Amino acid sequence: MEQNQYLSMFIDESNDHLQALNENLLILEKNPQDIDIVQNIFRSAHTLKGMSASMGFDDLASLTHEMENVLDLVRNRKLQMNNFIFDGLFRSLDALEGMVQDIIQGGTGKLDVSEIVSNLKAILTGAPPSVPAAATKQLEKSSEAGLDLDEFQSSILQQSIESGSMVFYVKVTVHENCVLKAARAYMVFDLLERHGEVVQSSPSVQDIEQEKFDQSFSVYYISRLDQTSLEQQISNISEISSVQIVPVGTEMLRQLSKDKNKRISGQPQHAERSSASDLSAAAGSKEAPDKSSAQAKQPQMPRTIRVDIDRLDTLMNLFSELLIDRVRLESLAEGMKNQELTETVEHIARVSLDLQNIVLNLRMVPVDTVFNRFPRMVRDLARTLEKKVELVVSGAETELDRTVIDEIGDPLVHLLRNSLDHGIETVADRIAANKPETGKVHLRAYHSGNYVFIEIEDDGRGINREKVIQTALKNGLITKDAAGKMTDLEIYQLLFASGFSTADKISDISGRGVGLDVVKSKIASLSGHVAVDSVPGKGTKFTVQLPLTLSIISAMLVKAGGERYAIPLSSIVETSILKKDHIRTIHGDPMIDFRDTVIPVVSLAELFDCREGQEPDREELEAVVIRKGEKMVALLVDEFIGQQEIVLKSLGKYLKNLFAISGATILGDGQVSLIIDPNAIIK
Amino acid sequence: MGEELKVIVFKLNNEEYGVEVDKVQTIERMLPMTRVPKTPAFVKGVINLRGVVVPIIDLRERFGLPQTEETPNTRIINVAVKDIEVGMIVDSANDVIDIDSDSITDPPEVVGGIRAKYLRGVAKLASDRLLVMLNLEEVLNKNEIIQLEEIEGT
Repeated sequence: MEQNQYLSMFIDESNDHLQALNENLLILEKNPQDIDIVQNIFRSAHTLKGMSASMGFDDLASLTHEMENVLDLVRNRKLQMNNFIFDGLFRSLDALEGMVQDIIQGGTGKLDVSEIVSNLKAILTGAPPSVPAAATKQLEKSSEAGLDLDEFQSSILQQSIESGSMVFYVKVTVHENCVLKAARAYMVFDLLERHGEVVQSSPSVQDIEQEKFDQSFSVYYISRLDQTSLEQQISNISEISSVQIVPVGTEMLRQLSKDKNKRISGQPQHAERSSASDLSAAAGSKEAPDKSSAQAKQPQMPRTIRVDIDRLDTLMNLFSELLIDRVRLESLAEGMKNQELTETVEHIARVSLDLQNIVLNLRMVPVDTVFNRFPRMVRDLARTLEKKVELVVSGAETELDRTVIDEIGDPLVHLLRNSLDHGIETVADRIAANKPETGKVHLRAYHSGNYVFIEIEDDGRGINREKVIQTALKNGLITKDAAGKMTDLEIYQLLFASGFSTADKISDISGRGVGLDVVKSKIASLSGHVAVDSVPGKGTKFTVQLPLTLSIISAMLVKAGGERYAIPLSSIVETSILKKDHIRTIHGDPMIDFRDTVIPVVSLAELFDCREGQEPDREELEAVVIRKGEKMVALLVDEFIGQQEIVLKSLGKYLKNLFAISGATILGDGQVSLIIDPNAIIK
Repeated sequence: MGEELKVIVFKLNNEEYGVEVDKVQTIERMLPMTRVPKTPAFVKGVINLRGVVVPIIDLRERFGLPQTEETPNTRIINVAVKDIEVGMIVDSANDVIDIDSDSITDPPEVVGGIRAKYLRGVAKLASDRLLVMLNLEEVLNKNEIIQLEEIEGT
């Protein structure tokens, strides 16, 4: 039980380390030669191992231990980072994340990681990676990591295939507790040589003879036997745990030698079937190790502590209490006319104003906390889609209210997926369109006024206007007539309609049966707004506009019949002074001319029954013109108090469905003021 | 013996009422109030209670009792029932007592003019004290507010 007090600390720190590992691995993938980054990664892994071990999370500890072993070899320059190692490490990270999640859910962090561990172990011994399933595709990938064919060998295989012989890729795994591995391997080789020819083996025959392999070895083999009898014969040898045989065809052979050539020449060629390995092979060779830039990117860790958000809310409420007392003190001091007291109260007023700003700012969090998981996501996604994509993040330090931050992640993930899946073209298409083969996706955040804007812009193929129109017509969203008149922007906006998808088939990436309509409604629920713009052939840009916080809005404070009300600035057209004799009656209702139209005049005091007897007999009246869509109303008030940022408060569940009141706020003097809902006034 | 109940005792029109202590959040002196337009007359408005906006009802008016001036003893009892939080204005509140739930009997048809459905029962205490136990769920019943509004509207 005593562990509990450390548990939350452990979880927080583990998440930090996992994030750091993720980020550093991504940097390393671009600069595989940079040993400094490896050092950083190693340290993070090491700390994580120590923490997990002392907390008793053994699976976590043992997996990080294996990662450490691999990283140790890399930092001592005994091992070259390659695609396979990166995949192994990333998979380990995913597993670690899963475990930590499990611990957060109250679990014990147990997870079967034997496969990942054996993969990492395979890296250490240099043996070919274990092939989890007999999927040829995976085999292709793994074989190029461990088994390289030179030109001579592949031409032998090529000729054999052409002359009608059977060529197999054979992978043999011996039992875990096999005593004489080399002897078993010898028996297998003996058998193979009797019925055909071994062209290439991994590890090399010498290494196998000296027992320098983990539990499995693999060969390319020209066989006189067919697949089934070959499998049978090898399985008959004792202490062999599994045999995998995959027939090798010309196509696969060509692919293998192509990858090989590429690695030798270091020239990223464009392959008509761009395989996932192209991605990093090209990235590795193209971007020369650039140490200085990598180091400059290392962020300075700000010194922070973590605070429960409920405590912040309590702090905010206590603070408003303090404000009330301040006002009370001010009026007391005014009555007493004591110089010293007045000075002290004034000082308190200044201090509390500063405090107010700090308290309101405490809830602000940089969007970085959401953005930092995207580089990894884009990397993985690009590999799955077999595209080349570079994600450029800017403005990650822009701050947003914590409650908004928590909600904005999913919509952004969806938009990014959309850009990668629908926006960015395949390498072949990009080359054909005269574009650089690596697509760029910009993720930007910036402040403007009371809003934060987040943009996701890709340089892909853009939105196909015709296709959108066709789909919209098919779904009955628009009529043919309307389609002709719509502007591009209006048409793009159709993408956000419910159940809309231009994808020919629902893919795993951005289809999922969920469309952009979900993104739109989510953002709308945050009082935000999402727009899309696109230039065919040049790219697409999604712009998400969000309020700085959910709890603070700009409002105009007005007085009516001695009471104060707040009108949201967003629905105010203008404030103006009306001459009484300008008000006319149409059909018994007061109206005024306003910008070429006639709009009704409503007295706020009458509306809310707060006129206390005396009708102000003034020649000039103050009015706030509010609008709902196209409709406008001039709202007569007694006095403008001024524009102010107000904190939105709920009126609770007891008072519901109030007329023309959308909420309340607490003013600087501690008094409650009601917020007017202009939509209810304009019918 | 039934279970022990801790009860806050308050006064309304010289009668003693009780609410279970676990439903009471705080007891406050009168605070500045902001009127909410277009609400029933017994809704006096909203107050700022340590940063939370809380609606206030006048229990005298809610029960149709005669109105009196606010005195230094006037209190707001802040109660919470099923995530509804409401402050109730009462004449005074200054006692917490333990009562036996067995001592609560069903309410008589009419007690001090208050409709019986607002009452949970009447507790007989020592020295002939009678304590009217409120049925807060009914007092705060929102459907009734709507009905009252309709009556007032006509």
